[in-house]
Amino acid sequence: MKQIVVISGKGGTGKTVVTGSFAALAKNKIMVDCDVDAADLHLLLHPTIKERHEFRSGQTSVIDKKLCKKCGKCVPVCRFGAIKDDFTVERFSCEGCALCSYICPHGAIRMEENVAGEWFISDTRYGPFVHAKLGIAEENSGKLVAKIRQIAKEIAEKQALDYVIIDGPPGIGCPVIASLSGVDCALIVTEPTLSGLHDAGRAMEVARHFNIPVKLVVNKYDLNPVMTEKIETFFRDRDVPVAGKIAFDKTVVEALVKGKTIVENASASVSEEVKNIWEGLR
Amino acid sequence: MIISIVSGKGGTGKTTVAVNLALSLKNIQILDCDVEEPNAHLFLKPRIKEEVKASIPVPEVDEAKCNYCGKCREVCAYHAIAVLSGNNGKKGSVLIFPHLCHGCGACSLLCHEGAIKEVNKEIGVVEIGEKDHLQFVDGRLNVGEAMSPPLIRQVKRYINPTRTVIIDAPPGTSCPVITAVKGSDFCVLVTEPTPFGLNDLILAVEVLRKLKIPFGVIINRCDIGDGKVESYCKQEDIPILMKIPFSREIAVSYSEGVPIVKKDGSYQDKFINLYLNICGIKNEADSSY
Repeated sequence: MKQIVVISGKGGTGKTVVTGSFAALAKNKIMVDCDVDAADLHLLLHPTIKERHEFRSGQTSVIDKKLCKKCGKCVPVCRFGAIKDDFTVERFSCEGCALCSYICPHGAIRMEENVAGEWFISDTRYGPFVHAKLGIAEENSGKLVAKIRQIAKEIAEKQALDYVIIDGPPGIGCPVIASLSGVDCALIVTEPTLSGLHDAGRAMEVARHFNIPVKLVVNKYDLNPVMTEKIETFFRDRDVPVAGKIAFDKTVVEALVKGKTIVENASASVSEEVKNIWEGLR
Repeated sequence: MIISIVSGKGGTGKTTVAVNLALSLKNIQILDCDVEEPNAHLFLKPRIKEEVKASIPVPEVDEAKCNYCGKCREVCAYHAIAVLSGNNGKKGSVLIFPHLCHGCGACSLLCHEGAIKEVNKEIGVVEIGEKDHLQFVDGRLNVGEAMSPPLIRQVKRYINPTRTVIIDAPPGTSCPVITAVKGSDFCVLVTEPTPFGLNDLILAVEVLRKLKIPFGVIINRCDIGDGKVESYCKQEDIPILMKIPFSREIAVSYSEGVPIVKKDGSYQDKFINLYLNICGIKNEADSSY
């Protein structure tokens, strides 16, 4: 079994469009959407949800108004500024460290477990799909990513699948690190812009920091051929193979608007480019 | 006034809006809070005057004082401490996992023996600079660091209240975004008219409504896609602040790291109008409270 993750550093370079096409091209695989705080792959895969689970993670402080003597001991110890002047807790700021609950001399602060999101096992026209929805303004996205990856891996092992294909989040922080851990290959999708180069470079560094082999795709490469050349050179100099390039093509957006993948609905030339990338990866 | 530029989905044009708005106005400070992938500097090319190392406090155990009671392990909500108690005359040991530590200070404060002190662990850098009359601050997370919110908080310590502050926020809807936009007077949501853009816009709207920050929407590349973002905004009574059509000129200028206002002066008026539009909506929101 091979695990492949698609990341980008910069958002909006085409991760999900590329991952969605792999869903159509790869045989005997499971798909995973690890961009849990702005998940989009379901808009191409149209899942039928088979199982739905609560994701419980972390805690939030709750101050019992009846027991609170407003002594103020909890305020200076909270490094997240989560206790407001009226001795209520601002949920979004509380990181659940529970220090206030230990400090309170009146036993007025208790910790409540958060329901931080939901995760799903679904069927799609392209096979099984594991995805999730982080609760609005919740944290611990890295843990939710780790959870759905573990579920996907278990399903893949049980059903003897050949691939786990993962749509990753943007950035280089906690959910990206959780998406990368233990994969066989990270495919970085970038675009021919200065930001695309800068951010793909950092994405490569984070993948290499965790010893993950990296490959590169330049999406919309013809929007700036000079920059594409620069990006290819930058990555070749760092021994990153270029897995392929995809042209800017309005039929890609048209396919997306219809909720279809590139290989189903975009022009023949662009779907050929994506097919070649998949052939080189598998 | 603090204006944050936000989007659920990445790559919709946050940095384009933040940078061009900053360049079109006077008395501005721009803060790039997308510390995982900071890009504003690529367009502004500021002169960095000062680099401040950003760190979080992590525990360090003085084994001479430690009696391996396990209190620190028990209170650590992030499982960043393991304690092996000694037995049969063998010495115990304490293991610290700094990458799991949130720097809350519970272990050092609650240790009965006073055996834990906190030491700084570097997580990134805050860069302070300027470009002409524009004040510039950004944060840059070290590669391999998982937690960006502490660095975002450190960038925001440099907010200059005498200026109009523009915050370029990270994408998504979770803790880094909340940390970046908290305390803003207004948020500009940048989206694109595709199913992905709409899906992530709806999530971002839910976040801002929870945080009770007034906001409006910019539809970027408004002529590529469908009309669903616009009808969603109408239905939800969300003001559309600006629409930017797709143009190769903007795309190429962006790709080279050149702000569009520097190439085509007519955009400056559009961004000034955007600002006036924001002020109008903000005033209306204030007077309705």
